[in-house]
Amino acid sequence: MSLRDALRIRAADITEEAVYRDRRRLLALMAAAPALGLAGCAEAEPPPASTTRVTPAQASSGFRTAEPLTRFEDITTYNNFYEFGTGKGDPSSAAKTLRTSPWTVEVGGECARPGRVSLEDLLRGITSEERIYRLRCVEGWSMVVPWDGVPLASVLRKFEPNANAKYVAFTTLADREQMPGLRFRSIRWPYREGLRIDEAMHPLAFLATGLYGKPLPQQNGAPLRLVVPWKYGFKSIKSITSIQFVERMPSTAWNDLQPSEYGFFSNVNPAVDHPRWSQKTERRIAGTGNRLLANRIETRPFNGYADQVASLYSGMDLRKWY
Amino acid sequence: MVLTRAAPAQPRRATPGGIVAAKVVVHLACLSPLAWLAWRVWLVLGGANVDALGAEPVVAIEHELGIGALRLLLITLAITPLRQLTGWSALLRFRRMLGLYAFVYASLHFGVWLALDLVGDLSQVATEIARRPFITVGFLAWLLLVPLAITSTTGWMKRLGRNWGRLHRTIYVIAALAVLHFWWIVKSDWREPALYAGILALLLGWRAWKALRRRTMTQQGQQRVDTRAG
Repeated sequence: MSLRDALRIRAADITEEAVYRDRRRLLALMAAAPALGLAGCAEAEPPPASTTRVTPAQASSGFRTAEPLTRFEDITTYNNFYEFGTGKGDPSSAAKTLRTSPWTVEVGGECARPGRVSLEDLLRGITSEERIYRLRCVEGWSMVVPWDGVPLASVLRKFEPNANAKYVAFTTLADREQMPGLRFRSIRWPYREGLRIDEAMHPLAFLATGLYGKPLPQQNGAPLRLVVPWKYGFKSIKSITSIQFVERMPSTAWNDLQPSEYGFFSNVNPAVDHPRWSQKTERRIAGTGNRLLANRIETRPFNGYADQVASLYSGMDLRKWY
Repeated sequence: MVLTRAAPAQPRRATPGGIVAAKVVVHLACLSPLAWLAWRVWLVLGGANVDALGAEPVVAIEHELGIGALRLLLITLAITPLRQLTGWSALLRFRRMLGLYAFVYASLHFGVWLALDLVGDLSQVATEIARRPFITVGFLAWLLLVPLAITSTTGWMKRLGRNWGRLHRTIYVIAALAVLHFWWIVKSDWREPALYAGILALLLGWRAWKALRRRTMTQQGQQRVDTRAG
């Protein structure tokens, strides 16, 4: 075929008309394919809450640990509370401006008794107790903290969540006047966190109001913070102003910022690395000795609370639902 | 006077007293952060003050050494623009020592990571370098500094001739890798690495602009010669 002949060929001679006419749909499909793939991952129906129940004895075996405690000085000067700055020492110096009294919490969503309640009313009738929990930060350090507070489930039950309450969404105060860190959008304020309802109702899930027998210092999330010891520290949201029962998995602050690095569940898992660092080991900040030559210690699945919480995730692919 | 082809060996010019004094000051300035760090390490190790380096001393040491290396790299890169701006050629006498101090800080940074962070687990070293992009670029930056440190002597300078300058231009890449290394480790507050990136951009931008201007001026000069000839 000469070049001149080739130039005379009509498009229809090469491509069947139907296919040719269909090209737009094909192109649209091709363009959408990657997006569909992604959406498939992100919006695949998350695993429903488990129905297994831990026995009280099983649960309470996780309430205390005999490991050496982290000193009060370390717990209160080495903090991640970006509302007061992104340096570890920033919250302890800047959080003094946080007014923790009066404090109200907005509770609502899928429940029979929603409302705005004062902190006193929220905690009324629930006996305060001490829990000594390990706290494992996603950054690779850990502490052992003696918290004072109440089981989260005891507080949540007061509002009578209904059958549609599949998740609980928490929000931190976001007040520019009290929180200098809000001037920079290191996080899409306000800070948000969430738990699946079975996680929230688990006996280990805790609302702390104090530590070491003292009222909770502002930098640790006064006057009310979540403590979920089997999850990375950022799940334990501080200075809570809102608790909502919701049907869909809520948006959470770190997941919103870097979904590939911080999943919704964020259970402590040495087998799943953070993309930028290993999660196999941790540096324990505890005791009074020098930590300069201290070895890293092994990180345990669910931060050592597997006996108490692993059943919540039976059948779940923890690599996918990190 | 007869001009001889081979100039007689010139006696080595004595370094002026002012330069010597300035060098002492620069040495002290470069060493003082190390001394301050060493003092706090001593306090922690001796148990006199276990809090001298904060809750995570290893991380604190790594961070201080890393920031020190990055700052020294940028200061080294600032010498040429400063000389061009001020016309003060004596500045060049400080470039090598500043670059070498950057290498010292970077090596200590790397060494502390190996010895105190990974606690010498060599199998882990390779994995970490290969798997963590921020460590890969950091390691690469340090590795590229090694030949520069080795060839920083006058002997190597003579031996390499024109290639010495070419080789040492690797510092542009090294500084960029160092900034990237810092940027990739921060979780969400990119302000500090952005500050260093901005300074680096200015320092490299100045060179690019100079080079561009030199080229256009040579071309114009060439054209002028051409028109005159024509």
